[in-house]
Amino acid sequence: MPVIWIVTFLLVLSIAGYVAGRARAFQSASGDVRQMHSLPGYYGYNVALTSLVPALLVLAVWLLVQPMLIESRVAGMLPAEVIPEGSNQSLVMSDVRRVAEGLDIAIERGVMTEESASSIRTEFTDVRGRLGEVGVALGSDVRPEVLRAAQAYRSMSSKGSLAMTIVVGLLAIGGLALAFSRTNKDFRARNVVERGVMALLILAACIAILTTIGIVLSMLFETMNFFRLHSWTDFFFGSTWAPNFRGDSDLSILPLLWGTLYISFIALLVAVPIGLFAAIYLSEYASNAVRSVAKPLLEILAGIPTIVYGLFALLTVGPALMKVFGQGGMAGVGWMSGATSVLTAGLVMGIMLIPFVSSLSDDIINSVPQAMRDGSLGLGATQSETVRQVVMPAALPGIVGAILLAASRAIGETMIVVMGAGAVAKFSVNPLESMTTITTRIVSQLTGDTDFASPETLVAFALGLTLFVLTLGLNILALYIVRKYREQYE
Amino acid sequence: MTDITNLPGNAAEPRKHGSLLEKDARTARRNAAEKRFQVYGMVAIGIGLLMLVILVVNIFSQGLGAFQQTFVTLEVQLDESKLDKNGNRNLEEIKKVSTFGYAPLIQQAFEAKVAADGIETALPGKAMADILSKSAAAQLRDFVIANPDEIGKTVEFRFLANSRVDGYLKGRVTRESIVNDKNVTAEQLDFVDALKEDGVLAKTFNMSFITGADASDQRPEDAGMGVSMLGSLFMMLVVLILSLPIGVAASIYLEEFAAKNWLTDIIEVNISNLAAVPSIVFGILGLAVFINYMHLPMSAPLVGGLVLTLMTLPTIIISTRASLKAVPPSIRDAALGVGASKMQAVFHHVLPLAAPGILTGTIIGLAQALGETAPLLLIGMVGFIASNAPDSIASGLLSPNSAMPAQIYEWAKRADPAFYERAWGGIIILLLFLITMNTVAVILRRRFERRW
Amino acid sequence: MNQMTALEKDVDTNEIKINASNVQVFYGESHAIKDVNVQIEDKTVTAFIGPSGCGKSTFLRCLNRMNDTIDICRVEGEILLDGENIYDKKVDPVQLRAKVGMVFQKPNPFPKSIYDNVAYGPRIHGLAKNKADLDEIVERALRRGAIWNEVKDRLHAPGTGLSGGQQQRLCIARAVATEPEVLLMDEPCSALDPIATAQVEELIDELKQNYSVVIVTHSMQQAARVSQKTAFFHLGNLVEFGETGQIFTNPVDPRTESYITGRIG
Repeated sequence: MPVIWIVTFLLVLSIAGYVAGRARAFQSASGDVRQMHSLPGYYGYNVALTSLVPALLVLAVWLLVQPMLIESRVAGMLPAEVIPEGSNQSLVMSDVRRVAEGLDIAIERGVMTEESASSIRTEFTDVRGRLGEVGVALGSDVRPEVLRAAQAYRSMSSKGSLAMTIVVGLLAIGGLALAFSRTNKDFRARNVVERGVMALLILAACIAILTTIGIVLSMLFETMNFFRLHSWTDFFFGSTWAPNFRGDSDLSILPLLWGTLYISFIALLVAVPIGLFAAIYLSEYASNAVRSVAKPLLEILAGIPTIVYGLFALLTVGPALMKVFGQGGMAGVGWMSGATSVLTAGLVMGIMLIPFVSSLSDDIINSVPQAMRDGSLGLGATQSETVRQVVMPAALPGIVGAILLAASRAIGETMIVVMGAGAVAKFSVNPLESMTTITTRIVSQLTGDTDFASPETLVAFALGLTLFVLTLGLNILALYIVRKYREQYE
Repeated sequence: MTDITNLPGNAAEPRKHGSLLEKDARTARRNAAEKRFQVYGMVAIGIGLLMLVILVVNIFSQGLGAFQQTFVTLEVQLDESKLDKNGNRNLEEIKKVSTFGYAPLIQQAFEAKVAADGIETALPGKAMADILSKSAAAQLRDFVIANPDEIGKTVEFRFLANSRVDGYLKGRVTRESIVNDKNVTAEQLDFVDALKEDGVLAKTFNMSFITGADASDQRPEDAGMGVSMLGSLFMMLVVLILSLPIGVAASIYLEEFAAKNWLTDIIEVNISNLAAVPSIVFGILGLAVFINYMHLPMSAPLVGGLVLTLMTLPTIIISTRASLKAVPPSIRDAALGVGASKMQAVFHHVLPLAAPGILTGTIIGLAQALGETAPLLLIGMVGFIASNAPDSIASGLLSPNSAMPAQIYEWAKRADPAFYERAWGGIIILLLFLITMNTVAVILRRRFERRW
Repeated sequence: MNQMTALEKDVDTNEIKINASNVQVFYGESHAIKDVNVQIEDKTVTAFIGPSGCGKSTFLRCLNRMNDTIDICRVEGEILLDGENIYDKKVDPVQLRAKVGMVFQKPNPFPKSIYDNVAYGPRIHGLAKNKADLDEIVERALRRGAIWNEVKDRLHAPGTGLSGGQQQRLCIARAVATEPEVLLMDEPCSALDPIATAQVEELIDELKQNYSVVIVTHSMQQAARVSQKTAFFHLGNLVEFGETGQIFTNPVDPRTESYITGRIG
């Protein structure tokens, strides 16, 4: 991993810079700290940071941009006739990459020399066989164009890496030299360092934005690719979900959306009444002792990883429901044909959401001013009348916000539905039937043998984007409502 | 006050209330409603707590079994004529003997044991040996290759029994349930009973569940959590190393320096929304950016760590900002008052005071990341057998591995119910980690909590 | 003021509504009210005055058991309302509070319409037979609260949209709507401007025709203006209780005099 070595080099250089800068500042002030503008450490930091930060940034950008450039250059080299019927350029490119990696491994293992790797021709060598020897299995024989592209890919990559090493190294050394030469006792080192640190702080804060941009862009591009291959009207308004890996699939989000909303609805049906009543009891009735025990215990439910709930749904709740509603079950109805169902996933998700609803509602109920309760109690209302007719209406907007947040959680939940809901996409109102959701389909389309060019895989990005927009909308709405609500009592 | 004079009923005497000591019917009814309402609340809490109890009892009753395993102790004679025909202890030649060559030794060991202890059974040697795990012959072979000098001697081995036999001892497999099972017969179970009576076969603590690697579909008895724990460990290292400095830096900027402008507004809204983005979306991001675009290796803990870092950052930023906010402004003023720069005030005074809170938030964020599964599915941390422990930090970060929750999911998907026990057992281990982390966080908070 | 002098002769003839004897209140360990004996008359305004933290509000809240909502609060002694001990086990605080209404320091209208605010008490106590009946009760209460003219055109607007003084009169109307026999007022004017204060004081004066009114106030002038009887609390003790005129002009206890002349407070 040469990048690790580059980074190590940069770190060592910057440490050396620190020591050197500090020493030089001391020297220029003839060892008297009082004559320096800043504390001696700042001179060291100045040199270290000037050397390290620009070099690291360039390194990071280079690492991001280089593959993109090489990829487009190499893709341009591939003649159109290399792309077989029913395939596309990105598939061929992945072949190219694979061959290139294979050549790298072959050199590493000593099966080929650097020279032979860049000069071999499919016409004379069984490249597939040679690569197979080092454990790189290829699906078909290597075509000459692909091999040449792979060789070009390798040479460009290695040239790029070399250039990167040189540029980054020079930058680091240059920065060090510049900062070092500027170091003397009157240099305003602290101000410069502080400005640099501030820039780093801002950069860190921007990572949140970068993440969001990354999420949106990564999904948007692939979604656009998807809509190029598949009609968007079918995706949004079709009625069937039937992916078919030989192509010509029906990929409509509506049946998945139905399953998602149905399961979320059942989850909220469980979580909202239980969570709300628990919150009311804890904030209005429970003694301190009860509250200090029951509240953390309930919150444990929120801290349990979703994989545990998934397993609980798959192995405990599902079979238990089967025993009641299944063939020969206790209810004698035989309505259920498998352990996975809307009810299974909904119930378990509801349990998971109980503490979510209760702690949010608890906060909101507590922010209703005591004066409201006093006013009602002073008129001779019982506590429950106070809660139902004064506290609840006052807290309603906040509670609606909390429920929306819970709904957004339920819609985006993955593990419970992957393990408990099943895989059948359909419109049905029977909660004992197995149904599928957006998140489960994302998982199933993107795991297994993924071919990133087929609509059957790309649809996952369109689903992901829809999910993102849906949950984001719910969150923004909920946060807006809750904020408005809080302002009312501030 | 003009409206007060001719108003209807002003002159009327106030309503006469009855005695306070007698409850009127309406009050009784209202009190009953009050009682009912309280009961609803108690029932709601009761249901919540009951679910917790069911969950915990369920996890432990199903999962504790994974920490025990059935072993068969046998003395195997390492027959020189079979293992090293030439007798020159040449390792290369010894390696040529495949596991098939070792199987007869185990059969002989069984036959010898049966004869010596007078156990009555009609089973042939092959059927006796079949009660062992398919890993038994490989275990023997590994031992011989590691200790070629032992060839020709008789050595005592502890072999894993296969999962059916193990299930029989744990009550999961019964004589009724094996009627259609090709893997085990009633005669073999009789034999198992006899061996158990004899003390040859026993259920004991199974360390290799905690330290071992995953095993193939055929050998649930041999599967362990160890390697996936390492995978989780490396992911958590990445998360810690990246998210703590970035999170703290971002919080310091937002809380201490940021001017109120559109950029900071966008960042703030962004962070609070990122905290609520479904985790699977982060998985898609990881797949698209880290794997498809940057060509980082599939299934690598590094990629998992990067994805979880992005997921954990909002949590850490939110808690760090809260602890920075809790440091009273007077501390900053005091530092500024003696001539420190704002940056110095923050790094020398505010940050150390906020450190316990930041640490607590970080631990809680890490605990959340440790239990997260969905994004790991998309970057390929399931669907294969993580059989080798990484041998260096680089391979720990870059070579394919699993993670604890992904391993649990993998086991839950397999067909053999013996894996379910392991999935529950894995959950016990995972929860122990989470409980420990949260306890540390709570203790830190209690210990260093300052009230200004 | 003429009206007041005219009424003053009735004062002696009024019957005792509340008789508190040896009342002690504890908040956890601290002894907040020490051995207070006081008699509150019907159709009279009684003022509780004293420096902050003297226990006057605490004592007021004992009179309709609002202190029950505070976990650590414990009341000893006897408070008789019409001869019945309100701390008797058989007494339901809900029934008691219907009889002894309360108006709070800060106006606290519910986040409902003006109409629903006033109708709240009658509804929970089942005072109205039908909608028309309820309308009449609400109108009567609003008139008694001296706010009818200001709100009659917007009865279904939210109560929180009114001005501070209007809100407080709405709260008084709300308390009056349940037709209590005693009306407790805990510094009802402290959050109001002088004009609103004058309106509420005038209202209190009207209300005493029908109710026994107990008012806690930190303003001696207010006590002098609205009350016929005054009780002076200091450090949890009832220092002096008597005719308002007598307390303000000729206090018996030196502490009362110090307070009235502004030396303690």
